[in-house]
Amino acid sequence: MYVYDQYDQHIIEDRVRQFRDQTRRFLAGELADEEFRPLRLQNGLYIQRYAPMLRVAVPYGLLSSTQLRKLAQIARHYDKGYAHISTRTNVQFNWPDLEDVPEILAELATVQMHAIQTSGNCIRNTTTDQFAGVAKDELIDPRPWCEIIRQWSTFHPEFAFLPRKFKIAVNGAASDRAAIEVHDIGLEAVNNAAGELGFRVSVGGGLGRTPIVGSYINEFLPWQHLLSYLDAILRVYNRYGRRDNKFKARIKILVKALTPEVFAERVNAEWAHLKDGPTTLTEAEVERVGKFFVDPDYKALQDQDAALAQLDAEHPGFARWRQRNVVAHKKPGYAAVTLSLKSTGVAPGDVTDKQLDAIAELADRYSFGEVRNSHEQNMILADVEQARLFELWHELRELGLATPNIGLLTDIICCPGGDFCSLANAKSIPIAEAIQRRFDDLDYLFDLGNIDLNISGCMNACGHHHVGHIGILGVDKKGAEFYQVSLGGSSGRNASLGQILGPSFAQDAMPDVIEKIITVYVERRTEDEQFLDTFRRIGIEPFKERVYAANH
Amino acid sequence: MQRIIKNDQLVDETWHLLPKEQTLDDLCNSDDLIVPLHLWLDHAHALKARDGGLGVWLDADEQVEEIADDLAHFQVIALNFPSFTDGRHYSSARLLRERYGYKGEIRAIGDVLRDQLFYMRRCGFDAFAVRADRDPLDALQGLKDFSVTYQAAADDARPLFRRRQG
Ligand code: HEM
Ligand code: SF4
Repeated sequence: MYVYDQYDQHIIEDRVRQFRDQTRRFLAGELADEEFRPLRLQNGLYIQRYAPMLRVAVPYGLLSSTQLRKLAQIARHYDKGYAHISTRTNVQFNWPDLEDVPEILAELATVQMHAIQTSGNCIRNTTTDQFAGVAKDELIDPRPWCEIIRQWSTFHPEFAFLPRKFKIAVNGAASDRAAIEVHDIGLEAVNNAAGELGFRVSVGGGLGRTPIVGSYINEFLPWQHLLSYLDAILRVYNRYGRRDNKFKARIKILVKALTPEVFAERVNAEWAHLKDGPTTLTEAEVERVGKFFVDPDYKALQDQDAALAQLDAEHPGFARWRQRNVVAHKKPGYAAVTLSLKSTGVAPGDVTDKQLDAIAELADRYSFGEVRNSHEQNMILADVEQARLFELWHELRELGLATPNIGLLTDIICCPGGDFCSLANAKSIPIAEAIQRRFDDLDYLFDLGNIDLNISGCMNACGHHHVGHIGILGVDKKGAEFYQVSLGGSSGRNASLGQILGPSFAQDAMPDVIEKIITVYVERRTEDEQFLDTFRRIGIEPFKERVYAANH
Repeated sequence: MQRIIKNDQLVDETWHLLPKEQTLDDLCNSDDLIVPLHLWLDHAHALKARDGGLGVWLDADEQVEEIADDLAHFQVIALNFPSFTDGRHYSSARLLRERYGYKGEIRAIGDVLRDQLFYMRRCGFDAFAVRADRDPLDALQGLKDFSVTYQAAADDARPLFRRRQG
């Protein structure tokens, strides 16, 4: 992974010093609340329902075991012994004291971590595929590009006070695991006819209150021009994005108002001035960054299909886990393993300090000392020898991290909701748990196959409910907590937004509602047909009829 | 007398910032004036004929393109921040310096606070009229927030990757 040099380290240490002084001035009354607010937000510090929440940046989801141990220590020392993996692959602490935050940042800086631009109206952490660098279907490893974008966006002087937050995602593979089409900018690596590398550029995607799938405004941006083109997009947005209404301030609204074609023209007009300037990327720089992401010392191994099949036969639990939580690797004899942070009874994405320490140790022993976070709020050991999977499975079971449910109905994406968040209309974690409890039969879950169930506690959509195959949104109905259900969303390639099923439901009705939806699927699916495909074939009506039938 | 930051030092303010509703009537001939954009657009001729210094100020929703052809007439261009969270003029300043080659003073006015000065200077501002209720001496510290920067900007045309050594 990328290792800081003196320049990178200077920058984050300067930031610690700056924020320490800002906090001091705030506590001394020299900075008013509304003046401190954007400053602390640009350092990932929210004031939420009970305590501040600190969002620590995990650039493109990648962590070293050293960093994990530091996070564990912070969870223990400054928080209540756990941390939370966010849907943007960051790590959040829910209970630090404001006074401690400068010290936490100083601790993070010792392991090349920070909380820069994890919130606020600025360019946020760039995200990518959790299987970057090891996926079989990869055209390029997106991580060097993410790092190049990280550096360009860090304290970009022109874009620190945008109309609204700004998120960039990069995909380098055939499947889109990074949900790029629901980001402000989505970049997809492509080759042109001459075999040169470039990016296909989508703008104006996003969830929140006005969910929109992005529009492609450039089919081939040669890699050299990546940063100047990003500068051009951001400048057009910074100058012309709406600032009069924060609900209309995202770039998606500007793109829609101008039309993607006109927006593209504006960007091109701006870019014409910037193109070929000093921000043009050099081969030397791409090579410098790229060499941090070369393959680790893989051994020359063979795939272990026969041996693993044998183990599967003897240990059905292992077979299940392997089926759901283990994916193929580009190198023979290796596999990528997802640790499920979705066991029933634990808030999705929560991980304790002990687990973090243990995962760090597993990373050292099994996976070259590195871990990734996924936007589905799980963690990944990306480089595990197949011959050691069985041993790893045992260790993960001990730690409660081997729930074989990746991609299944119970692998729920869920925001903190009303238990933590002051913007919530409704709680979300208890809904996730009730559904997990209802669907506790693993055989049945396996039979149901891939179903993304996403829950947000309000229309800000932190839990990505619009792009869940099943989405649940907390709504406020005369002061009571209700839930609206949508079906058919997807964040993959050709992303789609869910359609609302109908009137919302009370909390205790939710497991039944989900069960009815699932029953329709089971009855109507053709052999091997996945939930999303059945939905796309039969439409929403059959689901509607079933779910609302009892109410009449 | 108000003191402003100019080229990293505190200096006495000698310019008069005229309000938006200002008309051409009773403008003093010899004072140094920073006039609102509309006054310039409507009365450029008369303003050029004065003896005193001339500057213009743009509100956050006014575009530098409006004055791009007139830059030679201004000793000062002031860019107003109605709120420090309104970032439009960061782009304006860069355009003035990098695209239109403006060499005179670019001054930040309005809700100008210590914690934004570093970014502002990188974008080409060289003068800062810090909000009246704040100590400009304290605000000067903000110019030293960072010792290293990644991007190309008005203060250095080379991004770090063209400067990095070793
Ligand atoms: C508890 C404090 C939190 C608050 C106050 C909060 C607030 C918000 C708000 C206001 C938005 C909408 C912004 C917009 O659309 O312009 C938003 C979006 C988002 N939040 Fe949160 N959030 C919180 C926690 C979280 C957590 C814990 C996660 C991850 C699990 C998260 C992930 C997201 C994501 C992914 C979006 C983007 C949706 C989009 O693409 O527009 N947030 N958040
Ligand atoms: S979706 Fe709403 S309730 Fe959930 S974390 Fe975001 S702002 Fe809070």
